[in-house]
Parts: sequence; structure tokens; C-alpha cells
Amino acid sequence: MEILVCVKRVPDTSENEIEVNSEGSDIERDDLVYSINEWDNYAVEEAIQIVDKVGGSVTVMAIGDEESEEIIRREMAMGANNGILLSDDAFEKSDGRGLATILKAAVDKGNYDLILTGAQSDTGAAQTGAMLAAMLDQPFASLVNLIEVKDDSTLKIGREIDGGNQEMHEIKLPCVLSIQTGINEPRYVGIRGIRKVASVEIPTMGASDLGIDPATLGESGAKTKTLDYFVPEIGEGAEMIEGDTDEVVEKLVEILKSKGGIK
Amino acid sequence: MEPVIIPPASYTILGIPLMLLFIIIPIIGIALFTFIIARRMQPLVKAAPDNRLDQLGLRLFNMLKFAVAQYKQPRYMLAGVLHIVIFAGFCILSLRSITLVIVGIKAGYTLPLFDTWIGTIYNVLKDIAATAVLVAVVVAAIRRGIYKPERYKVPEKYGKDHTAEAIFVLAMIGGLMIADMFFEGSDLAAHMNKGLETHYFLFPFTGTWFVTYALTLCSDATLQFFHIFFYTVHELIFFSFLNFLPLGKHFHVITSMFNVLFMKLNKGSVKPVKCGVSDDQLDDLESFGVKEFEDFTWKHVLDFYSCADCGRCADQCPANHVGRPLAPRFVTIKCRDFCFDKYPLIGASVDKGPLIGSILSEDEIWSCTTCGACEEECPLLIEYIDKFVDIRRGMVDEGMVPQSLQKPLNALGKRGNPYGKMEKKRGDWTKPLIKDEGYECKVLSGKKADSAEILFFADSITSYDDRIQEIGQSSFRILKACGIDFGILGPAEKDSGHEVRRFGEEMLFQDLKEKNTKAIIDSGVKRIITADPHALNALKKDYANLPPVEHVSEFLYKMIQEGKVEFNPLENQSDIYVYHDPCYLGRHNLIYDPPRLVLDAIPGLKRVEMERSRDRSFCCGGGGLMLFYEPVEETRMGKERVQMAADVGATVIVTACPFCMVNIEDGIKTSGLEGKVSAIDLAELVDQQLVK
Repeated sequence: MEILVCVKRVPDTSENEIEVNSEGSDIERDDLVYSINEWDNYAVEEAIQIVDKVGGSVTVMAIGDEESEEIIRREMAMGANNGILLSDDAFEKSDGRGLATILKAAVDKGNYDLILTGAQSDTGAAQTGAMLAAMLDQPFASLVNLIEVKDDSTLKIGREIDGGNQEMHEIKLPCVLSIQTGINEPRYVGIRGIRKVASVEIPTMGASDLGIDPATLGESGAKTKTLDYFVPEIGEGAEMIEGDTDEVVEKLVEILKSKGGIK
Repeated sequence: MEPVIIPPASYTILGIPLMLLFIIIPIIGIALFTFIIARRMQPLVKAAPDNRLDQLGLRLFNMLKFAVAQYKQPRYMLAGVLHIVIFAGFCILSLRSITLVIVGIKAGYTLPLFDTWIGTIYNVLKDIAATAVLVAVVVAAIRRGIYKPERYKVPEKYGKDHTAEAIFVLAMIGGLMIADMFFEGSDLAAHMNKGLETHYFLFPFTGTWFVTYALTLCSDATLQFFHIFFYTVHELIFFSFLNFLPLGKHFHVITSMFNVLFMKLNKGSVKPVKCGVSDDQLDDLESFGVKEFEDFTWKHVLDFYSCADCGRCADQCPANHVGRPLAPRFVTIKCRDFCFDKYPLIGASVDKGPLIGSILSEDEIWSCTTCGACEEECPLLIEYIDKFVDIRRGMVDEGMVPQSLQKPLNALGKRGNPYGKMEKKRGDWTKPLIKDEGYECKVLSGKKADSAEILFFADSITSYDDRIQEIGQSSFRILKACGIDFGILGPAEKDSGHEVRRFGEEMLFQDLKEKNTKAIIDSGVKRIITADPHALNALKKDYANLPPVEHVSEFLYKMIQEGKVEFNPLENQSDIYVYHDPCYLGRHNLIYDPPRLVLDAIPGLKRVEMERSRDRSFCCGGGGLMLFYEPVEETRMGKERVQMAADVGATVIVTACPFCMVNIEDGIKTSGLEGKVSAIDLAELVDQQLVK
């Protein structure tokens, strides 16, 4: 099975202190440590495990600049067979739809049975996978936490829904899935593994290689526009209700009634 | 003496000389033994290299101390004394055993010079020895068979109980003693019955003495029968026992001397990835660590052979104590059995493949805190830490790292500390000292680097953890009060990498080591002081070419000896203090007394000792990356340790390691002993009491 995993280089959530910049347009990026988007890492691990079972290869693809190569290399150190970088100045500041357009063009250049994306990344939009599927006219399932290969053309997938319940589906290949964290336990990639792939060639494709009109991408081609970026005002904090259980319940009912929570 | 009954070498049955039997048995016995030893050598030959021929003088001394003098045995007194008696008896009786084998071929044979008074004295010694061994063997059998001490128990998951084998061997040894007593005694009794001189001094109340006098009641024919019968019994037991040794835990009888001779001399350090491969050649290695059995070094395989299954290591192991899936004894026994199955004496080889997943589990290996209690205890000097580090290297190489450890490892790679906090904030723990207390702090790296004589190496937890920064601050004040010219590395300091290395991420360790070494050398300091025993151990043992390193307690002890510091008496003199030996200060670096002497120099301080102290100290739970690991356990080491302190009536636990502080304070909270027991670091206490 030929699997493509779309990955993204994002600021690491645990090793950084995130602050909004003075212009209010973005976060402060000076001192940030970057790594692979956590969801994408789970997706790559899943792809490697599938290929270990049924054969084939795993291709990792990222939109970014040369710094994104670091991420592609790490996933190849983990076990992905191929890496592709999609890089062009015209790609910068693309919105989700723009990114999906770029990915679609790259997908068309290859031949993939299954495309995996992380459920979401640093923007929290969780849209790229779905948009890509729509553009490719392929079936899509989000928040997948289980994948079983039934045969050459069918997958059995699981999605975790409310209340910790599990939904099971069958989906036909080729398809796009967005992967939820916890689907597996990603293997560790040490410095040694990364050094081993340090000099591997990573082919790069730009707008012209992909045959996309730059005008449809970037800031100018975007159909959504960021207006503001700010940290919400910090409130007074939680109101703590004192007293024994009966007193607390009484007061709580009062508050809920007065605020219209109970009729 | 003139023969009264026919000796074995001259005896015939139906005209056939029995001597033939006594030639054939040794030949078969020795041939079989040679074959077995040759088969047992095969895994050693296939194993990885290990350099154990350095410092031969020290090695020979150790052999005398630990193997011959049985130095570690008395740590478990009853078993220790029993074993020393059996071993000493064994050594003394070795000459008798050789004589006996030859006597079956040449009647009346004695070893050179033993036909003189030397022989007479030896016979007395051997009779006393044999008696002592017999008594010891009986006591041991009763102890093993009836009292069944806890540490010999075999949990179900590890297979069948080993008591039967133990009793069997004791029976064989007892059998040898008794057979010789009857063999000797029957001849002596025959002489005595005829009123002839025996020229043998029967030492009263020895076994031979009892048996001889009892046998005087027997007829000549009976005595003749006993003489030949028990000689044959002795021959058969002797050569079967010889060949039984390499089959199980009694292989240690043969391998122990060698195991001690080749023991690990550099305590506290970690073996290189591969013997003979230098640090800069590491990138070229195909595979790291122990994955298959043959990845172990020959010395490690010898360790598996040498295990006497005594269970002392597991008895002391804190991980085992709190119910983690690790017992060092069974790691060794399982590996030994794996080896015997894969390299059988005869028959088909059973190869279970890679060790992790077949006989060892991931959690079993991650559970070890590297405290060293097992190595400290083992009478055969078997090594464990290097093996676990090697297996962890293999797991890391294959990506098999628990998720809980991946985060701090990634953070260490990106930010140089396991918390993922920013490098530029590493020196911020000194800010309150500068701002609020008016101290000046030199930063010995960076663009505007200061210079100083001494470096205070803080390491990650002291730099970033809110609670532990207080220990750093106390250490800082102490050094200032002593007029020391020192500085910190600040943002240029990286984690010492102590646990990184011991958790198998060797290349990340090399990276941290390189960066730290450069920063330290560039700073030009002449000495390093640290309050972190893990950092101390790393800088002393894992790093090279650094200025001398010492712990804050060693520094303080020197100051006290030189009369350079004075302490105010304690305000609250009703507290009972107890000192907890950190693993990496105590066992690994032999620093037991300086912290105690510092405490004893504080007027009004009452101090007690826990039962498990000094080299028997009980690990608090581990440091560095171990703080992030989520083990499966029944209770926590820190909790157990706090209880041990409460048990001796202590109200204040003094620690000298930041990780001990974290685990002990945690243990106090979870035991519900808050308010009854408190913890304080040595530096904090000294800072509090120092006359400034």
C-alpha cells in the first residue's frame, strides 16, 4: 500500500512559552523550538505500522521552507521511506484552502492508495485533510483512532466520539483520513537515527513543478483573512462555593436559576 | 600403617580388579567435564569484547578479598557464615579429594610431604573441616527446606521453585563428607579392633572420630564392605558433582574466582557502547546496545554463569521492594537459562530471538533506578547497571522508549533540559539572590563572560525546579559566606546528561557532554563544586579532562576541618535528624562520612541512623529521567524511605541530593506524615545555621 502522510513543522507546544507579538498579528517566534505537529507524528507511526504488515511504502510530505526538511528527515529516521518538500515563496501565508490546493497538486503527481493527515495542527482549524479529500473527490473520515486493512480496497476504521464511545466504519480506498492522537505509541527517534538520514536527498517541488498558478495561493489568493490575534482578558477566576454538601447544592441551584440555567 | 583390610586399589570382585573402575570413573568424569566446559565456553567466544585485563595487581587483590576471603558474605550473617564454612572446608578438603581419587589407583598414596607430620596435621584439619561442612550443610538444608527464607522464593511467573536443586546439592556435599568419614573410619576401626597402631590423630568430636568409634562395633567383613562401598560412593558423587556444577547455579563454584578477577573496577561509570570503539567512532556502528544475547560482552555472560541464585540482589533492590516488575536475580537467571537453551550441551538449540519480548520485558528494564544496591550486595561481584544500560541502548536504537520518557528526551535534545524550559532562563535561579539579597553572581560563559576560580555546576533540576532552586540558592550563600570565588555557566550549561546516558540515549549524552565540556574548559575554572550527586557522578566518571569535581558536602567538611566555618546552635533542639544517603553520593562515590560529620558539627543536632544506611541505603526513587517515568508499582520508594525514617523516630530527614528531596517530600505528603516529618537539604540546613 502506498501511503502519503502530510506533515507540518510547528512550534513545539511543551518546550515553548507562547506570547502574542506586539503587533497582534501572530505569536512571538524568535525563541521558539519547532518540531513535527504531534498529530502528524501519530499518523506517520500508523502508516509505518500498516506498511510493516501489508507492504508498500510511506511518503512524508511537507509544505514549508528548508527548515521543514528537518521534520521530513526525522520522520524518515522513524521509518518513512520517502520525503518530499513543497516549497515556494508563493506558498507563504496561504489559507487552509490554499494549502489543500498545493497538496492536491502534489498528490496528483504521485500514486497513493491512502492519505493520512493529522487531525489538527497549530492553527487548530482541522480543515486541511477534509478539504484535500473534497478536492480529490475521495472519501474522508476525521479523528480516526484505529485502522485495520481488510483487503486491497477496503479499510476498517474507528473514530472516538463523545462519552468515550467508539464508532466503526468501512471505507473504500483511495481515501483521506485525519488521525487522532493516541491511535498508537509512536516509536522514539534518537539523535543517532537522525544522524543516519542527515545526508539523504529530499526532492523539492515549487509552484511551477506542481503546475499551480501562484495567484490562487498565498495571501492574495486566500479566501479567509486574519483580522486580529490576541489573548483573551483574564477573568476573576472561579467562584468557590463554601459550605457542606447540602448548602453548596442549594446555593448552586439558586445561581443556576438566577442565570437562566434552570427554568 | 600396615593394611588390615584390603584398600580399593587392591580389591577384586570375581577376580576383576576394582582399580579398573577407579581408573574409568575419573577418565569419564574428567572427559565429560572437559566437554561440558568447552560447550559452556562457546557463548563466551561469540559474545562482544570486553577489556578486563587492566590493573592486574588490583584485580588479584580483589580476588583475594572477595573470592578467597569471602568479604561480602557476612552481610547476611547466618547464610554468610554457613557459606564461609562450606567454602573454607571445600578449600581445605580439595587436597583430600585429589588424594582420594589417586588412592583408588595407587594404594596408600599420599601427596608429596604428606607422609610426614604435615600429613598428620592436615588430617586433623580435614576432619574438622569435613565435620564443620557436614554440620553447615545440615543447617543449610533445614534452613532452605523448612524455614524457607523469603529471598529464595520464586514467583510463579519465573517458573518452578529452586529448593529441590538446592537440597540436592547440599545432599551431595553431605554425602561426600559422610562417605569419606566412613571410608577413613572403616580402615581406622579395623586397625583399632586388631589393637594396631593407626598413626592417625583422631580429633575428638569430629565426624570421623564418631564414625570410627561406632564402626569398632562392626565385624571385619562389614568394615571391608564399608571401606570399598563408601570409596565407590565418594568417587561417584565426586565426579557426578563435578559434572553437575556447570549445569546450574553451582557453576559459580568454578567461575567465581574468574568473575571476581574480571570484575568492574570503575564504579559509578558506564561501560562504553562497544569495547575498543572510541566516542567519535560511535556514528559508524551498525547497531547500538544489547538486542540479541550475543550482544552481551563475555564478562556479562560469565556473570550469568556465576549467579548463585542467592537472591540478595533482589532482596536489596528498591524496585523489587515496591512491586515493579524487576528483580535483578531473575534477569540473570532468565538470561542464563536462555543461554543454556540456545547453546545446549547436546541436542537442538532453542533460540527465542531478541531478548526484549521473549525473556525480558520493556518495563522490567526501565524500572531500574541504577541505585547500585544489587551490585553492592552480590558476593560474586555480578554487574547489573551496565547490562541494563546496554539493553536500554538497544531499545532506544529500535525506538522502544515509553512515551513518558520521549518528551523529556526530546526536550533535552532541543533545550538542554528535560523540562523544555528556555535556555536563556537557566541562570534565573540566581535572580532573587541578586535582586533581593544584593549578591553578585558571575556568569562564566556567553559574550560578557566573567572568570572565576571555581564553577558551581547547578544542573537542570536545581536551575529550573521552583523547590530545588532553594537548594541552589542555599549552596550559593554558603560559597559566598566562605569567600569562594565562583560563578555559574548560566545559559551555556546543559543537562549533565547523567540519566540520558543511563537510559540508553548515548548519542544525546555525547552531544550534551561535548557542549558542557567546551563551556567548562572555555571558562578556565580550576575546580567544580556541585550540590547534585548525579551531576557529580557524571562530571567525575562520564566526562573526561575536566578540573576536579567535588560535592558541596565534601567542600563543607574541608571547611569545618580547617576551622573556617562556625555554626549557630539549632533553635529547635527537640527534632531528631536522620541522614539519608543518596545513591550517587554514597554507594557510587563512597561519600558517606562528610555529610554526617557536617551534621554532627551543628550544635544541638541530635542524629539517628536508619537500619538501611550507608552502602545499604534505600533508593528514594531515582533521579533525572526517572522522575518522568511512569512505572507499574505497588507503592513508591520515597514513601517506603520516609516510613523507614519514621520507624527510627526521626522528625527531620536530611538529604544531599535534589532528586532525593523531590521524592522524600513527595513521600511525606503521600504518607500523610506532613507536620510529623519534614525534609531539608544539607545545604539548606547549613545555610540556616552558618555563622555568616
